[in-house]
Amino acid sequence: MAATAHVEAHDHDHHEEHHHHKETFITKYIFSQDHKMIAKQYLITGMVMGVIGMVMSVLFRLQLAWPEEGFPILEALLGKWAPDGVMDPNIYLALVTIHGTIMVFFVLTAGLSGTFSNLLIPLQIGARDMASGFLNMLSYWIFFLSSVVMVASLFVESGPAAAGWTVYPPLSALPQAVPGSGLGMTLWLVSMTLFIASSLLGSLNYIVTVLNLRTKGMTMTRLPLTIWAFLVTAILGVLSFPVLLSAALLLLFDRSMGTSFYLSDILVAGELLENSGGSPILFQHLFWFLGHPEVYIILLPALGITSEIISTNSRKPIFGYRAMIGSILGIAFLSFIVWGHHMFVTGMNPFLGSVFTFTTLLIAIPSAVKAFNYITTLWKGNIRFTPAMLFSIGLVSTFISGGLTGIILGDSALDINVHDTYFVVAHFHIVMGLSAIFGMFAGIYHWFPKMYGKRMNKTLGYVHFWLTFITAYGVFFPMHFLGLAGLPRRYYTNTAFPMFDNLTDINLFISIFAIVGAIAQGIFLFNFFYSLFRGRKTEQNPWKSNTLEWTTPVEHMHGNWPGAIPEVHRWPYDYSKPGKDGKGYAIPGQDFVPQTVPLLDNEEATEH
Amino acid sequence: MSIAIIALVAFLGIVALVQVVKVFEVSSDINKGKENDVTDKDNRTQGALMLAFMVLFLGGFIWMMLEWGDVLLPKAASIEGEKTDTLMWISMGLIGFVFFVTQPILFYFSWKYRGSKNRQATYYAHNNRLEALWTIVPALALATLIIYGLTTWIDIMNPEHDEEPLVVELYARQFDWHARVAGADNKLGYANVRFVEGANVLGVDPSDEKGKDDIVVRELYLPVNRPVLFKFRAQDVIHSAYMPHFRAQMNCVPGAITQFSFTPTITTEEMRQRPEVMETVSEIDGIRKGMGEEGYEFDYVLLCNKICGAAHYNMQMRIVVVTEEEYQQWLKEQKTFAESM
Repeated sequence: MAATAHVEAHDHDHHEEHHHHKETFITKYIFSQDHKMIAKQYLITGMVMGVIGMVMSVLFRLQLAWPEEGFPILEALLGKWAPDGVMDPNIYLALVTIHGTIMVFFVLTAGLSGTFSNLLIPLQIGARDMASGFLNMLSYWIFFLSSVVMVASLFVESGPAAAGWTVYPPLSALPQAVPGSGLGMTLWLVSMTLFIASSLLGSLNYIVTVLNLRTKGMTMTRLPLTIWAFLVTAILGVLSFPVLLSAALLLLFDRSMGTSFYLSDILVAGELLENSGGSPILFQHLFWFLGHPEVYIILLPALGITSEIISTNSRKPIFGYRAMIGSILGIAFLSFIVWGHHMFVTGMNPFLGSVFTFTTLLIAIPSAVKAFNYITTLWKGNIRFTPAMLFSIGLVSTFISGGLTGIILGDSALDINVHDTYFVVAHFHIVMGLSAIFGMFAGIYHWFPKMYGKRMNKTLGYVHFWLTFITAYGVFFPMHFLGLAGLPRRYYTNTAFPMFDNLTDINLFISIFAIVGAIAQGIFLFNFFYSLFRGRKTEQNPWKSNTLEWTTPVEHMHGNWPGAIPEVHRWPYDYSKPGKDGKGYAIPGQDFVPQTVPLLDNEEATEH
Repeated sequence: MSIAIIALVAFLGIVALVQVVKVFEVSSDINKGKENDVTDKDNRTQGALMLAFMVLFLGGFIWMMLEWGDVLLPKAASIEGEKTDTLMWISMGLIGFVFFVTQPILFYFSWKYRGSKNRQATYYAHNNRLEALWTIVPALALATLIIYGLTTWIDIMNPEHDEEPLVVELYARQFDWHARVAGADNKLGYANVRFVEGANVLGVDPSDEKGKDDIVVRELYLPVNRPVLFKFRAQDVIHSAYMPHFRAQMNCVPGAITQFSFTPTITTEEMRQRPEVMETVSEIDGIRKGMGEEGYEFDYVLLCNKICGAAHYNMQMRIVVVTEEEYQQWLKEQKTFAESM
């Protein structure tokens, strides 16, 4: 299959070369169909959304550390929602809701997977572009529209959606219950519908591209782990996002057409509703059928990126390449049969709870395999601490820390007491939030030269990493204690319960780390834009890497390679491969053998 | 105005930073534009920082445990809660062990194998034995946890009580709780939001005989050592009845009745006498006095633990666990549903 695809792609090149039509500003930078430009568009949009989401978190951390105190910045940013600078409880809920939505979907799904799937799939498999450049462009622009609608929802009279990022009905269905469930919620649903459409277009494209457009010699077991991760992520997205769409549509019907999918026996704000027979739990099943795979849609690309970066910078093959692929597949499969662990205390049949506990704890096995394989890759390596490598090691650390507490939460008996407390907040921020954002930072530092032809400043990268790593743990580690003290999440203030008064200093501690951590991201933004405009030009293969993207010229061009597409002769992880006599390197003086190099006389053919 | 000043300061700050970085890069021109390549010196520094971080991280964790260990919930006040607590500490012990083994290895390896021009990494692509090892060992550990966890879960969710449990309904609405004790017949009368009217806030069917002796209260008394079967209802949105001291939680779902059962084992009075509780209470008391708030006395509480709207953070009910005699006394003082209508 790959061979025929190669031939066709080859025909296509010639075709392409003869039709070099002049590109205008609009076709090059705005409605571009080039995967590299689309990747950059995703990245910049994701970063803008990321800054919005992060600023929101700082605002509600202010409220949590200094409850009901006035801050001029709150009044400046929130206006009527913060009279005299004191945050209103409704806007507090709206902030946590939109923070969650933006971070989960807009930053860590579209910003992470959208950026790197687009950038790396064609470059690393040896393709001229995505299978359909047009669909790819459409995918980005629908995502952009979805972002615009989400941001616009912040400005409506009754406030943005405020029912939590999981938007459980009836709270999300009834404007009488919370003002954010008015127009704000409608816009949320519209935005998510667009988002899902965009995600599907993107994912289908990624799948088709990986399966059909691999260059000659690029068998599935020679794919870099990044590509495996993106492929499986895309499959997860295709299978689960439509279910979220159905959940959202039914909610839309309940909200505006008087149906009762999720509503029954409701008396709200003195008004008895006519709805009867619906079940709010149905929504949760539908939501989490996407929601749990979504966690891995976020995480797998980060793990793929990390595999690549750790191997490159340890100057060693990734340990257990096939086991890594197996664990990606295992995690992906299991992710579809664990959604009920979000619902242990919904009144769901306890027997179902047992089944979900069983399947959930099984996920720890492939996850453990991954963690140990990363650590073994470092063992006896020759580690080069680029900022990308630091973030990758950080990811392994947070993946372990956060994964371990998952064993507590996945256990239905233990979940009873920590469900919806800060223990959960700690767990998912560390395992999913931090790991994924570290993966994203790692990816940006590592592939910035590929994206922009420039190098990012190393020293600023170091400072950014250490500040981020320390403050991130400083924010989320103490939350385990809050959770075990019985503190529920999504509380506007904890002052209503005297039993939580001794938690004030922990909350203060967290908020200070959060503020410092947020400021530290300024260093990254500065480094990014400074390097973008004034950074040093990069050489073609700055990290001495094996994968195909580093065989393309620094200056971007349509079709990626000026001549024929390179042929692949080996897997991507031949770092520090010894010569035949076991001494030195297979290529004397060079500790890496790019994928394009045929089997050398001075090396053993290795089965990996 | 102040915003304009902040914006100006931020702008000037960025301009200054640009200049600093530029000077830095120009001054290192002797490196021929390679100042962003990682040197052996960088590897040494970053490797050392990895090790330093490991100390800070693990030390910080231990510091938190010592410093904040006392904020954790006191001893579980129910039979079921004791079971989950045991399971909790066993699981915590296990994950704590794995944490304290894997994290140091990660940071130690990062430091130990920091790069240098003179070293050659070991080409080591896979080892089936090792991989089998770290598939099978976690699988065995998890199998144990799963079996233990599920036994506990089934025990709690399908209780078999020797004596008939006391039936109590918890009713949630924005933003308060009501409890309905099943009364002399220990059976709750049928209820639905469609019957809510005037003083009948829980919507108890006035024509249902079983409901006439029900007792609706805003503060719940429970007898110690007697199993209680809670039935949960909600009127408007999903709430969650969370009773942390009993390690009990169940969502309250509009249109459905959910249930959860536990047996309280420690009266409120006994709990107040426990040394660790007294210590926490006096600490909280001190904090509150400093803020000019009234003093704190330990009480069991029911809180809402599912986002339910603006006052979600303040939806509470006091629960008082008393001796059987005190409970009977309290019951006598309450009006039945029929009496209060």
